[in-house]
Amino acid sequence: MTVTVSGHLPVEPYDVAVVGAGVVGCAIARRLAHHPGLRIALVEAQDDVGQGTSKANTAILHTGFDAVPGSLEARLVREGARELAAYAAESGIPVERVGALLVAWDEEQLATLPRLAEKAVRNEYHDTRLLGPADLYAREPHLGPGALGALHVPGESIICPWTTTLAYAVQAVRAGADLHLGAPVTHAGHTDGVHRLDTPRGPLHARRLVNAAGLHADTLDRSLGHDDFTVTPRRGQLVVHDKFARALVRHILLPVPTALGKGVLVAPTVYGNVLLGPTAEDLDDKHATGSTAEGLRRLREQGRRILPALLEEEVTAVYAGLRAATGHDDYRIAAHSAQGYVTVGGIRSTGLTASLAIAEHVTGLLADTGLALGPRRPPEPVRMPNLGEALPRPHQQPDVVAADPEYGILVCHCERVSRGEIRDALAGPIPPRSLDGLRRRTRARAGRCQGFSCGAAVRALFEEAQR
Amino acid sequence: MTSRRVDVLVVGAGPAGLTAASLLATAGARVEVLEREQSPGGVPRHCAHRGFGTWPHALTGPDHARILAASAEHAGADVRTGVTALDWAGPRALTTVGPQGAETVTARAVVLATGARERPRAARLVPGTRPAGVYTTGELQQAVHLYGQHIGTRAVIVGAEAVSHAAAGTVRAAGAEVVALVTEPARAPAAPARTLDARLRHRTPVLTGTTVTELLGHGRLSGVRVRHRDGRTAILPCDTVVFTGDFVPDHELARRGGLTLDPGTRGPAVDGALRTSRPGVFAVGSVLHAAESAATAAREGAHAATAVRDWLTDGTAPGAEGLHWPTGVPLVADPPLRRIAPNRVTPGDRFPYLLRTALPLPRPVLHVTQDGRPLHRERFPLTTAVPHRPLTLTARWTHRVDPAGGPVHVTVA
Repeated sequence: MTVTVSGHLPVEPYDVAVVGAGVVGCAIARRLAHHPGLRIALVEAQDDVGQGTSKANTAILHTGFDAVPGSLEARLVREGARELAAYAAESGIPVERVGALLVAWDEEQLATLPRLAEKAVRNEYHDTRLLGPADLYAREPHLGPGALGALHVPGESIICPWTTTLAYAVQAVRAGADLHLGAPVTHAGHTDGVHRLDTPRGPLHARRLVNAAGLHADTLDRSLGHDDFTVTPRRGQLVVHDKFARALVRHILLPVPTALGKGVLVAPTVYGNVLLGPTAEDLDDKHATGSTAEGLRRLREQGRRILPALLEEEVTAVYAGLRAATGHDDYRIAAHSAQGYVTVGGIRSTGLTASLAIAEHVTGLLADTGLALGPRRPPEPVRMPNLGEALPRPHQQPDVVAADPEYGILVCHCERVSRGEIRDALAGPIPPRSLDGLRRRTRARAGRCQGFSCGAAVRALFEEAQR
Repeated sequence: MTSRRVDVLVVGAGPAGLTAASLLATAGARVEVLEREQSPGGVPRHCAHRGFGTWPHALTGPDHARILAASAEHAGADVRTGVTALDWAGPRALTTVGPQGAETVTARAVVLATGARERPRAARLVPGTRPAGVYTTGELQQAVHLYGQHIGTRAVIVGAEAVSHAAAGTVRAAGAEVVALVTEPARAPAAPARTLDARLRHRTPVLTGTTVTELLGHGRLSGVRVRHRDGRTAILPCDTVVFTGDFVPDHELARRGGLTLDPGTRGPAVDGALRTSRPGVFAVGSVLHAAESAATAAREGAHAATAVRDWLTDGTAPGAEGLHWPTGVPLVADPPLRRIAPNRVTPGDRFPYLLRTALPLPRPVLHVTQDGRPLHRERFPLTTAVPHRPLTLTARWTHRVDPAGGPVHVTVA
């Protein structure tokens, strides 16, 4: 099991290098690791997995009802959703099938709903149902006044995106893939059938290359001589509300897309919070992950219309993520056989849902480039710590606390994270390199007090583990 | 799951909870105090500065915390640290978890003393990136005084109240530089001597009329963008920022239990005997009014102890349920007053009221009325009421309250 964060990268060429340890890159590495004969490297610029687009999304497991019918995205989302639902159940990844309501606030949006229902059918999704205002308000009594109706999509679910990415990476690493963190690829070249990736930690060589670099996929693609797409970072700011808000909303409340653009959504999270967002701002800067006063003002204005009582609840986090918009309305997944190179570009917000199907698809493309996959051995199942509210957390299980009292000692009180869970995360196969990494693994300091009560204690545990 | 019974269950071992526990245990009640932290004492545990206890025996916070805990234990209260009250299991029963596992504790009376917290950056909707180096005073003091952690080298303090100056002191004690205190009001909201001391002795700028509009930096904080109300903006380079003040009650347990909350304080609504809306459940300390001094909290703990004793004597007899639990009428502080606690009133109430104002009020006169009927008028000829200090209203007028009437209003003439 190899996870590195510093020092020289191995000299020996890998069979496959996957650049980018987001949800898609990790899924691909995990899928390739089904073949014990392959030497696989997963190369990541940041100090942790899932640090780009994967960590700042709306955490929805889509049905694909509104994809472009017949597109690759539509197929991969449809297949991926089924696979991920099964995988989540097996791996302990929190998922709640809360269903979505596309709420129409004006006549134009109302007129759009039947067309969306037809589109769902063309995407092989048959369970949508149109709701009148009475049914809608019965389902969502806290909804703001003025809603005219809704399309109910019962299959839409919420998921923990972070645990999903980590589960993939853990399985990949346990099955023998090497994870190299802190290794941004500054240049890529291909000579004599071998790719050379230059990083500040020295070069890394591989016979096959998968570009899952997300926001930076176009840059890597160009350094290999292709000019298929340009990634425009689209910033999405999101506001997370405290757990008391969870009682205000039962479904994912989706905006109805119209000619004038897409509004914002209000969605519960598996941790028991409520999300409001995202904004959609096309930018040039691929590092502009800051929130803005204007963005927050507009989100709250829109949120007030959708769910007025939400605005009274405490905000526990504000964050901004960058989605990889390409100007194309489908994924940009392409194999360049002669180069032994597969680009996985333009993976938009559906990437989390489609991740397992993308991995399968990419593995097929790699085989088509002549890569001998060798025998297949399914990986050991992984069991992830539960961060969700739908299933009991460790402190709520008397047998768990009796067996190990550390699970009864709560350190982070807002999110009820025990010392045992923090200890486990710090000793995990891919340990956190920062307090933020620890927060993503445990939710410690993610609550309403943001560390007022527990911050120093959590940091003490983290620093002790670093020594 | 084990289940036990006690006379009084106190949630929170800060000054308010420990004082109530001491007095009730001394009076012979079986008292248990639940404290989720590993040591008792509440916020004073990490306030290294003096100013606790009573003159001439001024103490540091940690000493004060130790003495409070020791006297509660000496009186016979069972102070259980590392035990978290999770939720309600009945009107006066709580589920808890600790290293010994889950328990249900049923009590004849419950005293909520869960305290307050400062609102962190996210709740204040301060835009920008999410770097490391962002603190509240509570976290900063614990980091420095309890754990000896490194907190950075240059800190901007958001706020200029007393707690902000305490945070600045902690920053300096940790060997770091205070870049500035930044505050939105045009006048520094601390005692003038305090502000002068910061400016002259420590040469720390106190920037009034100024807001922090953005946090900058990836990974670690690199600076904060500030804007003066005249429109000028600047970047203050720093690697640490401390959000101070803006306390809110830790009311989660009260809210989970469905207790009535007061809209002004956001804490549980209580009458002059510190009774909440549920018979047998009392609330004391900063959960009532985030945040007043440790001395105020202790005074309320002592006052509630008397009311709890009365309840244990008269209220919990068979058939008496609810008879000794007057509900009172709401007591509302009208703008520019911001809040009042207690915030319900019954004719028998004798406990003084604490008010906070949103604006400075020179020589205020407070009028207390019910349904347009004047009940009381109180003058403060020598005082200017200011936002950062409480104003005390006596309870000499409560016998005039009509318990069947409408809300009682406190207004400023």
